[in-house]
Amino acid sequence: MIKLVAAQIAKGYNAKPVLQDCSFSFDEIGTYALMGPNGCGKSTFLRICALLEAPAGGGVEFYSGRDRLEKNIELMRKITIVLPRVGAFNASVFKNVAYGLQIRKMNHERIAEQVDRMLEAVGLAHKKDQNALTLSSGETQRLGIARAMVIEPEILFLDEPTASIDEENAGIVEGIILNLKREARTTIIITTHDRDQAARIADRVLMMHDGRIELQK
Amino acid sequence: MNLLIDGFKSAFFLILHLYPELWNIILLSLMVSGTALVAATILGLPLGAVIGLKRFRGKSIFISAMNTFMGLPPVVVGLFVYLLLSRSGPLGFMGLLYTPSAMIIAQTVLAFPIVAALCHSAVVHVDPIIRQAAATLGATPCQVTIKVIREARYGILSAIITAFGRVMAEVGAILIVGGNIAGYTRVMTTTIALETDKGNFELALALGVILLVISLVINAILHIVQRKGMMEAGR
Repeated sequence: MIKLVAAQIAKGYNAKPVLQDCSFSFDEIGTYALMGPNGCGKSTFLRICALLEAPAGGGVEFYSGRDRLEKNIELMRKITIVLPRVGAFNASVFKNVAYGLQIRKMNHERIAEQVDRMLEAVGLAHKKDQNALTLSSGETQRLGIARAMVIEPEILFLDEPTASIDEENAGIVEGIILNLKREARTTIIITTHDRDQAARIADRVLMMHDGRIELQK
Repeated sequence: MNLLIDGFKSAFFLILHLYPELWNIILLSLMVSGTALVAATILGLPLGAVIGLKRFRGKSIFISAMNTFMGLPPVVVGLFVYLLLSRSGPLGFMGLLYTPSAMIIAQTVLAFPIVAALCHSAVVHVDPIIRQAAATLGATPCQVTIKVIREARYGILSAIITAFGRVMAEVGAILIVGGNIAGYTRVMTTTIALETDKGNFELALALGVILLVISLVINAILHIVQRKGMMEAGR
């Protein structure tokens, strides 16, 4: 497994500090829910951990056992993030989910097999030939999760995956996360406003307060 | 008026009876413009995409220059290529002047900035979230660029079709570097110019009609491509 260590991360926007001396070590496989009010820096922290943004201070390191991992394409292919805006490609649902496997040069038969299995898991199998841009927002969110899960990441970041979708779709997304959690192969780090949701899906709940992270449970 | 009507009658006679000289001219036109378009796309598409996706010093000046070159006067391009390929020019040793190759080079110079500038525009209009999504799934910078190009495919296709329309209708550059040699470098536009000068309107009108039909087909394809792109983008 890959261990993620965030150490003394600092970040601000327009001279206003958002994260200050923010440290946490994600050293066990499990589901972590990161909570906190709007604008407290949850998403910024997640984006920094997913190497999408550089911190102003401190840093993020990844370890395999005791070995520190280089931040190269090999590592980038072991972690992934689902953003609140999924960014569906102008292609079929199948091709969207297959993309991550195609760029890893997996053979066609295996891609078809894995994608079909994943679409079944997120309840989009019946829409596999449909253009992804025609999906509803809830379905698009599920597509984003399927696209990320199919590459079997070791760390999966989910930034507010149920914030902008209806209750039914939110329930489906939660089910997908719980299934992934049961497989116990992936470290899942999710940001959410919903205390009940955090309690339902997370092994550990982290609270962001004054730009720092505190472990709640 | 009679001249025009008689001219059209003779023109349709030539077209319907597959007059060999006419078809040779049409095929050469399509070959020259098609090859120039392929060359301009090979050069212009990656350049447009890279300029659209990368940050570098002087980028805005580069984009302005590219947009300016879109409106290059064909005779100026013809003159420039002529000087390059003429016996005393830097590429004179290649002996390309007054050959179809010289015409292809001139049309490539004309089409290249159109393809590059319009491809750049198509690429920068792709939602930045697409780049981010591809990167988060483990795409290398090169794979991200390819993904963005695929997302911009309708805009890119429009750019290529627009450039084709421009080079097919162009006369100044190819007349200067091709020399309008019968059966060798004579294409539709240069033949129309020559035959009109000679007062031989039948062949000029026949080629004019064919050129219009080609233009119509190009515009129809462009319209379909743009409509498909707009429909998908508007979903």
